[in-house]
Amino acid sequence: MAVGETEKTTYTVPVGPIHPALKEPVQLMLEIEGEKVVNTDILLSQVHRSIEWLGMNRNNPVQTLYVAERICGICNICHPFCLAMAVEQAANITVPPRAEYIRVIAAEMERIHSHILWAGVAAHEIGFDTVFYLTWRVREEIMDLIEYVFGNRVTKAVLQFGGVRRDITADQLPRIKKSLDYYKSIFEHLRQIFLEDRTVRMRTRNVGILTTEDALKLLTVGPTTRASGVAKDVRQDQPYSAYADLDIKAITPDIVTGTVVGDVYDRIIVRLLEVKQSVEIIEQCIDSMPEGPIMSETKMPRLLKLLTDAAGEGVGRVEAPRGEDIHYVRLEAGQSTLTTWKVRAPTYVNLVAIPTILKGMQIADVPIAFASIDPCLSCTNRIVVTDRATGRNSVVGYEELRRLSVEKTRKLQR
Amino acid sequence: MSLAIIIFGSAIIVFIGGVFGMLYRGIDRKLVAHMQGRVGPPIVQPFRDVQKLLMKENIIPDGAISWLFNAAPFLALISSGSLLLFIPLFGQPPLLERYGDVILVLYLLIIPSLSFVVGGFASSSPYATVGAQREMIIMMSYEAPLAVVVLGIAWRISQVTNANPFLMSTMANYPIWSLLGPVGVAGALLMLLTLMIVTVGEAAKVPFDIAEAETEIAGGLLLEYSGRNLSLFYLSDVIKAFAMVSLVVGLFLPYNLSPVLGIKSAFAGGFVDGLFFLVKVLVIMFFSISLIRAGMARFKVSQASSVYVLAMTAVALVGLFLIWVDARIWV
Repeated sequence: MAVGETEKTTYTVPVGPIHPALKEPVQLMLEIEGEKVVNTDILLSQVHRSIEWLGMNRNNPVQTLYVAERICGICNICHPFCLAMAVEQAANITVPPRAEYIRVIAAEMERIHSHILWAGVAAHEIGFDTVFYLTWRVREEIMDLIEYVFGNRVTKAVLQFGGVRRDITADQLPRIKKSLDYYKSIFEHLRQIFLEDRTVRMRTRNVGILTTEDALKLLTVGPTTRASGVAKDVRQDQPYSAYADLDIKAITPDIVTGTVVGDVYDRIIVRLLEVKQSVEIIEQCIDSMPEGPIMSETKMPRLLKLLTDAAGEGVGRVEAPRGEDIHYVRLEAGQSTLTTWKVRAPTYVNLVAIPTILKGMQIADVPIAFASIDPCLSCTNRIVVTDRATGRNSVVGYEELRRLSVEKTRKLQR
Repeated sequence: MSLAIIIFGSAIIVFIGGVFGMLYRGIDRKLVAHMQGRVGPPIVQPFRDVQKLLMKENIIPDGAISWLFNAAPFLALISSGSLLLFIPLFGQPPLLERYGDVILVLYLLIIPSLSFVVGGFASSSPYATVGAQREMIIMMSYEAPLAVVVLGIAWRISQVTNANPFLMSTMANYPIWSLLGPVGVAGALLMLLTLMIVTVGEAAKVPFDIAEAETEIAGGLLLEYSGRNLSLFYLSDVIKAFAMVSLVVGLFLPYNLSPVLGIKSAFAGGFVDGLFFLVKVLVIMFFSISLIRAGMARFKVSQASSVYVLAMTAVALVGLFLIWVDARIWV
């Protein structure tokens, strides 16, 4: 080493699996130089719950629909919605138009509550606890509304293959209108708190930047990608369900600021505007909801028989609050469970962008930058191999996984 | 002053300081809870916290330097306790005024922070290390504005008297506001603002709680501490906050109520002054700790540092300049 030259040493700070900044278990291994993050590794699989296995081995499809609600407590509409769409495609079930509208209303209510929940968590991450408490108080209104309309605050159990299980009656409409008006009236207030407060701005502007090129390259989805200026939204690009009747445009931050930075602040803008957009969507749905039945097959034994006899495959795509959710389903005739069920939740894709987002950030920025993709980890997974004799865990990487897959395919071909 | 008086007097003052410090911490928590739309814990919660911590196991991590790890909390408590001996409390002059003035207080204020840093480094946790680094940076940052404020006030007092202007009793005899014209009052207000912002940093509350920063480094400095050691740190923190607010009162509001009311009896006068002091502390605490921590997000260490080193130092210097101009005009 030359005179006057010092070797910069980095050290590793583990964040997680249990850490106050994380609401769900995941481990970020941060390589730190001073206060700066130089590299990140993400270790997943802290909460593998074999949900897909249950759907393929233990439960009949209708039971699986309610297990799908429990993939994630917050996305308890988008997962069953997605699964229902995939199964309906595989089994050729048509959904009555009124049911499509009720599904969309449920999905948008979920988006409102999810985005407001996120805003509160984000405020807590930057140490602004007052805003955290106030936003969560504001969120209670939508939770009450959800309970009023669907009978439960959280898991609503409202979906069924070929429709929905609860109708929205005319006498419920004034109460719904009241809540929507409440959100419209406080929108300006929320906008001032989140977009104009000095300290919020200091902590979120130019933090956790994901450029448009990186967003496209890393295939991020949902508000994370829209905040980077990519106008990608399943509801706009490939309208499903009742969204086809509605006019939806993907929200990008340049609507407000004129430019796209792709930082945490932009993600706040996108989510805030999406709350407003969701309120408008629900209003449109209520106004243009057609009359008619809400379920194509009301008799449970007959529905189960239909699903057992059906053969085919289907893909459901839903714009969840965190981004595009995909369920793939294959049905075989005579089999009472789903033959194949694959869930790909939005956070799984967005996590790939985390090393890019965190690079060059200070440790203080890590919680808010990580939270800004709204990570929902209960739905992500990677293979972990555990050696029972030694109790040692090892993660199977891409190369190894590919080698094993090729071997397995060769074996099957023989 | 005999040794016995010093020992017993100190013990009583530190005990009273601890009790009122915890009481004020409880009031602060309750006020902030109400501002946040919560019910909040009962006001006696800090007492219960300390009581419970004392019953808990005292864990020393394997990798820690155990003697240093155990010594740091004692050092913190002793130094913040001795702060109380040099700051006027309850309208009375400080117990050990003969032995030290404001300059000593400024030095003593550093020691609790230093012991937090020592404890953090000794605990061998990466979070605590990061927290200790942050605490050092923030500590160095608020020294400059704090020193400017104290020097400014002492300088102005030195213009009108030959007594040692750094003595707390001199400051009490010549309240800063009575020496100033309108320009100087503006300057002194700026200095008061500076001192209140420094108080937030000294008390390590949002937005300057970066050394503990729950969501970032999981409690930082105090992460590995538990049981008795943690309760000592907690007490030291509480006492230091009380001492810091009392210092603000001593520098800027050294007024007593008994001369105004014309109370002659020493006992009744002391009682009234004591109550008045508690009210003054409550007001200063509300504005400098509770209100600020309810209304702001946490700064990053670089931002907090620049707030103190650049912004608050500049504000304090402007205040000093205004007081100087005022002195030119009026003298």
